[in-house]
Amino acid sequence: MEHKLSFKQYNEALKQNKLLGLKCKGCGAVTVPPRIVCSQCAGSDMEVVELSGSGKIQTFTTVFVAPEGRESECPYVIVIAELDEGPWIMGNLTGIDPNQVTMDIMGKKVKMAHAVFPGDKYSAGDEARPLFSLA
Amino acid sequence: MRKVAVVGVGMTKFSGKQEKTAVELFAEAALDALNEANLKPKDIQALFMGNVLSDFAEGQSQAQAFVADYIGASHVPANRYENACASASAAFRDAFLWVASGFYDIVLAGGSETAAKMGTPLATRTFAMASDSRYEYPAGITFPGVFALLAHLYSRTYGVPLERLKKQMAQITVNSHYYGARNPKAQFQKEITIDDVLNSFMVCQPLQLYDCCPFSDGGSAVMMVSEDIAKKLTSKPVYVAGVGQASAGNLLSQKEYLPRLRSRELAAEQSYKMSGLGPKDIDVIELHDCFSIATLIALEGLGFFEYGKSGEAVEKGETKIGGKIPVNLSGGLKAKGHPIGATGTAQVYEIVRQLRGECGERQVEGAKVGMTDTLGGDGGTLCNIILKRGW
Repeated sequence: MEHKLSFKQYNEALKQNKLLGLKCKGCGAVTVPPRIVCSQCAGSDMEVVELSGSGKIQTFTTVFVAPEGRESECPYVIVIAELDEGPWIMGNLTGIDPNQVTMDIMGKKVKMAHAVFPGDKYSAGDEARPLFSLA
Repeated sequence: MRKVAVVGVGMTKFSGKQEKTAVELFAEAALDALNEANLKPKDIQALFMGNVLSDFAEGQSQAQAFVADYIGASHVPANRYENACASASAAFRDAFLWVASGFYDIVLAGGSETAAKMGTPLATRTFAMASDSRYEYPAGITFPGVFALLAHLYSRTYGVPLERLKKQMAQITVNSHYYGARNPKAQFQKEITIDDVLNSFMVCQPLQLYDCCPFSDGGSAVMMVSEDIAKKLTSKPVYVAGVGQASAGNLLSQKEYLPRLRSRELAAEQSYKMSGLGPKDIDVIELHDCFSIATLIALEGLGFFEYGKSGEAVEKGETKIGGKIPVNLSGGLKAKGHPIGATGTAQVYEIVRQLRGECGERQVEGAKVGMTDTLGGDGGTLCNIILKRGW
């Protein structure tokens, strides 16, 4: 069966600051990151939709010990944001001192741009992720 | 299904970087398990091995076939289980199912890992491969990172102020080191204090060094046989009363449940249902304390305490010997060490020895039923095993 939205298509769109997801024609749920079937009802009749990219921070951490190859990024803030459309998505938070972030940011509204992990010898090429900032 | 018994267990000392290969570590544990069971390598009909990172640590894949040859179980079917940190428990469960089904009578299950050998940067990178490479790793996620995200979520969801939660988490580490100091196989045999934990360096806010298990090398193995063979081999067979396994997608896909891990709740339910037992029947547990916060989440998901309340139970000493449910008397992943491919059957090793009354000053007197809980990735695999005295 064909993918309605492959990782490659999702990734290329994100590099243009477009967050794509899938809307189920059966149950109406929005699935992002993409899957081959709806995250709620497992139906496959879905259409690609562009999401707002805005949401609010559900949780966060500041990373001080990096994986091999990403040492220069430290310290960096990872957030999980709940999008206005419902799904949760993982990205980084910018525009704030990583050493000063506290639980006070949980629940704060964010807007989205993107950053690209250029890939390393283990990964399958470059991979974009949302880069959030406080709205 | 037939009854299946564990009749021999073995494990190497868990450690930091050392000289032996993953094949050698597994073989060492396997021979100890065989000898304890009064079985010979040629009795083994199939081998089930947990191993995650030998491709990266040693340039060695398919270690299971080399192990079979190395220990003299030549040409037996040998399979590798890669379920991140739950690999050996997944291997154990499948080995159990094959004997229970009647297809095999005598099998070897276990695992080994040489993760410490890799050093922190490469180990951190390769452990992160157990998260979603497309939708989590680009943001720089690491495993301390996953549990740091859950710690903040736990604090907010249950209204436990972070400062108090961190002290509860520190107490978990202190307990692990207390028991680890009494386990000659543990990587860290040294007691520490709450201040040591709270003064250690920050890894991923709010998790500090002592909130995190170490990278470790080690191997563990168990011999499992059918009931009729067990009766001939030993007067102290430990029966597999229940098993459970469940999976989950990346952390984002689990949004309805977090900080609870749905895969644990499903796996635990399976193991309780199969055994006809419940949390109140468990005398001792080895659970997946990869990070201190993970212990709190596990205790609640397994049904020992209400959601958001396990930290209070830890404060009251309920997870130590004499408390409601003694937890990780081996020292747990934190102090005993966490060679990920070996961890699940090392938990079984401790429970079997607890049920046999062989644990010295960390013994739960009269323990009849024990349980293991092993988590792979950010909930991607969860296995539970309930073991029961057969005498």
